[in-house]
Amino acid sequence: MTVALFLEQILNGLQLGVMLFLMAAGLTLIFGVMGLINLAHGSLFMIGGFVCAAVAAWTGSFWLGLIASLIAAAAAGALVEIAVIRRLYDRDHLDQVLATFALVLMFSEAVRFVFGSFPLYLDPPVFLAGPVMLPGDLPYPAYRLAIIIAGLVVAAGLGLLISKTRLGMQIRAGEADREMIAALGVDIRFLYTVVFALGAALAGFAGALIGAIQSVQIGMGEPVLILAFVVIVIGGIGSIRGALVAALIVGLVDTLGRFLLPTLLSGAMEASAARGVGSALASMLIYLLMAVVLVFKPRGLFPANA
Amino acid sequence: MRDLITEHRLNILLALILLGGPLIAHFADEPFLVTLATRATILALAGVGLNIALGLGGLVSFGHAAFFGLGGYAVGILASHHQNYEPLMTAPFLINGSNQMLVLWLVAIVVSGLAALFIGALSLRTSGVYFIMITLAFAQMIYYFAISWPAYGGEDGLSIYVRNTFPGINTLRPLDFFLLSYAVLMLVLIAQWRLTGARFGIALQAVRQNEGRVAALGLSPYRIKLAAFVISGMITGLAGALYADLNRFVSPTMMSWHLSGEIMVFIILGGVARLFGPVVGACLFVLFEHVFGSFTTHWQFFLGAALLAVVLFAKGGFIGLVAGRARHD
Repeated sequence: MTVALFLEQILNGLQLGVMLFLMAAGLTLIFGVMGLINLAHGSLFMIGGFVCAAVAAWTGSFWLGLIASLIAAAAAGALVEIAVIRRLYDRDHLDQVLATFALVLMFSEAVRFVFGSFPLYLDPPVFLAGPVMLPGDLPYPAYRLAIIIAGLVVAAGLGLLISKTRLGMQIRAGEADREMIAALGVDIRFLYTVVFALGAALAGFAGALIGAIQSVQIGMGEPVLILAFVVIVIGGIGSIRGALVAALIVGLVDTLGRFLLPTLLSGAMEASAARGVGSALASMLIYLLMAVVLVFKPRGLFPANA
Repeated sequence: MRDLITEHRLNILLALILLGGPLIAHFADEPFLVTLATRATILALAGVGLNIALGLGGLVSFGHAAFFGLGGYAVGILASHHQNYEPLMTAPFLINGSNQMLVLWLVAIVVSGLAALFIGALSLRTSGVYFIMITLAFAQMIYYFAISWPAYGGEDGLSIYVRNTFPGINTLRPLDFFLLSYAVLMLVLIAQWRLTGARFGIALQAVRQNEGRVAALGLSPYRIKLAAFVISGMITGLAGALYADLNRFVSPTMMSWHLSGEIMVFIILGGVARLFGPVVGACLFVLFEHVFGSFTTHWQFFLGAALLAVVLFAKGGFIGLVAGRARHD
C-alpha cells in the first residue's frame, strides 16, 4: 500500500462526504425549521440526476443539465411542499414518515413512467473528463476533485446565507420560535416553501453531480438518504455545522474502511476470506460509529438548541 | 354518530372472513388464492409485531424489516445446512441444521429478539425523529451485512428446496400451510389482547401517553419500552420465519427499508393500535397489489396515492372508519 493510494482514498472519502453534506444540510434545515422528517428527500436527489442526464443528453451541455436539475428539483420541492408537505407540519412524526414514504413510491413510479426502467448515463464536462496531477505525481479524476470543491463552496455559501442574509436570519428565527416570527409579520408559509425548495435544490444538485460518476437510476437517492440520516444523527439534528463535520467523518470512515479493512484482515486470515469478512464489516462500520456516538452523545456531536 | 359495529364483533367477523375465504378458494380449486391469503396472513403477523411497539408503545420503528429478514435468514440458514447435511458448527460443540419448523421458529424468535435487544437498547436512548432515523439506519446496517456476507448467498439470497416440516400436517399443501400460519396469527393476536389488558400492557400505553408520570410512579419507562420493542421484534421475526417457508427463499430484499415502510403501511391502513388493524391492512395491501398489479406495472404509484389519502384524510384507517374511535370496553 502506497501513500499515493492512501491519499486517493482520502480524496474519495472527502468526495462522498461533501455529497452527503449536500443531502444532510437540506434534511437538517427542513427538520430544524419545520420540524419535518422528509423521506422524499432521496427522490429529489433522483430527480436532479435524471433531469441533468436527460437535459445534458438533449442539449449536449452538462452545464445546462446542471442548471435544469437545480430548477427542476427546487420546483418539485416547492410543488410538493404546497400540495402535501404543508399539511404535515402539525402532524406527528408517524404521519410525516408515512406521507413522505407515499411520496417516495409515487416519485419512483412517476420517474419510471417518464424515463423507463433503464439507467441513464451522464458524461462529465469535457475539460473535467481527464485526470489532474496532484502533488507527488498522483493522477486523480478532475471531476471528482471538482465535486469536492463545489461541495465545499456550497457549504461556505450556505453558511453565509444563514449567518449573514435576511433570509438566513428568518430561518434561524424560525428554528427558535415560529409563532414569534409570524407575529412579527414574516410570511411563514412562504418562508417554509422557500426553505423546502432550497433543501430540494441542494439534493438535486448532489444528484446531478453524482450522476456523472454512477449511473442515473430509480432509487438512486435511497441509500444516500439513509446515509444522510446517519450523518444527521451523528452531527446533531438541526445543526448545519454538525452536518458538515459528520458528513466528512462518515465519508472518510466509509471509504477508508472499505479500502483498509480487507487489507488489515488479510494479515490474520487467507485472502479471499479476508475480502469477504472485510467488506461485510466495512459496510457496517459507519452504523457502528453511529452506535458509539449514541452511547456517549445521544444528541449528536453538535446538538442544536442545547 | 353510532358506530356500525363494535370493534370486538368486527374483529371476530374479520377473523372468520380470513379463515373462510381461503377455505372456499380451496374447495373451488384455486390454490393460488390460498397462497395469496397465506401471504396476507404472514404479512399481517409482521404488522402485529410492529403494532405492539408502534401502536401500543408509540415507538415509530422504521427498521422492522431487519427482524423480519433475520427471522427469515434463521430459517434459510438452518434449512440449507440441513439439506446439505453440513453441521452449522462443529467446535466447541456440534450444531446441526434442522427442517423442523418448531425448532426453526424458536431460533428465529431468539435471533430477532437479540437483535431487537441490541437495536432497542441503543435507539431507545433517544426518541421522536431520532428514533425513526436510528432504527432505519440499523436495519440498513443488517441489510448491507446480508448483501456483502458471501457465505449465505449474499445479494442472490438462499433457496429452501423443500418446505420445512411441522408435526402432523403436510406443509407442502397450500391449505395446510395456510391453516398453520392462520393459527399462529390467531394465537399471537390472543396473546396481544391479553397483554394489552395486563399490567405490562397498561404500563406500556401509559408510557406512550405520558412518560414522566410513569417514571413518577416508580416504573422505568426505558425498560418497559425496551421489553415492548423486543417482543415486537420477536413477533416480526416469527413472521419472517413463516415468510421464508412460504416463498422457500430468503434474500436481503426481506430487510430492505421498503419492507419496513410497508409493514408500517399495514398498520395505518387498518388502524393504529387496533388489535386487527395490521390484519385488515395487510389484506388490503395484498389485494391492492394483486388487483392493481394485474392492470399496471406502475401499481406502486397508486399505492402511494392511496396511502397519502389515508394519512391526510382518513386517520384511524379501516377499523376507525367502521367501528369508530377506540373505546375502553
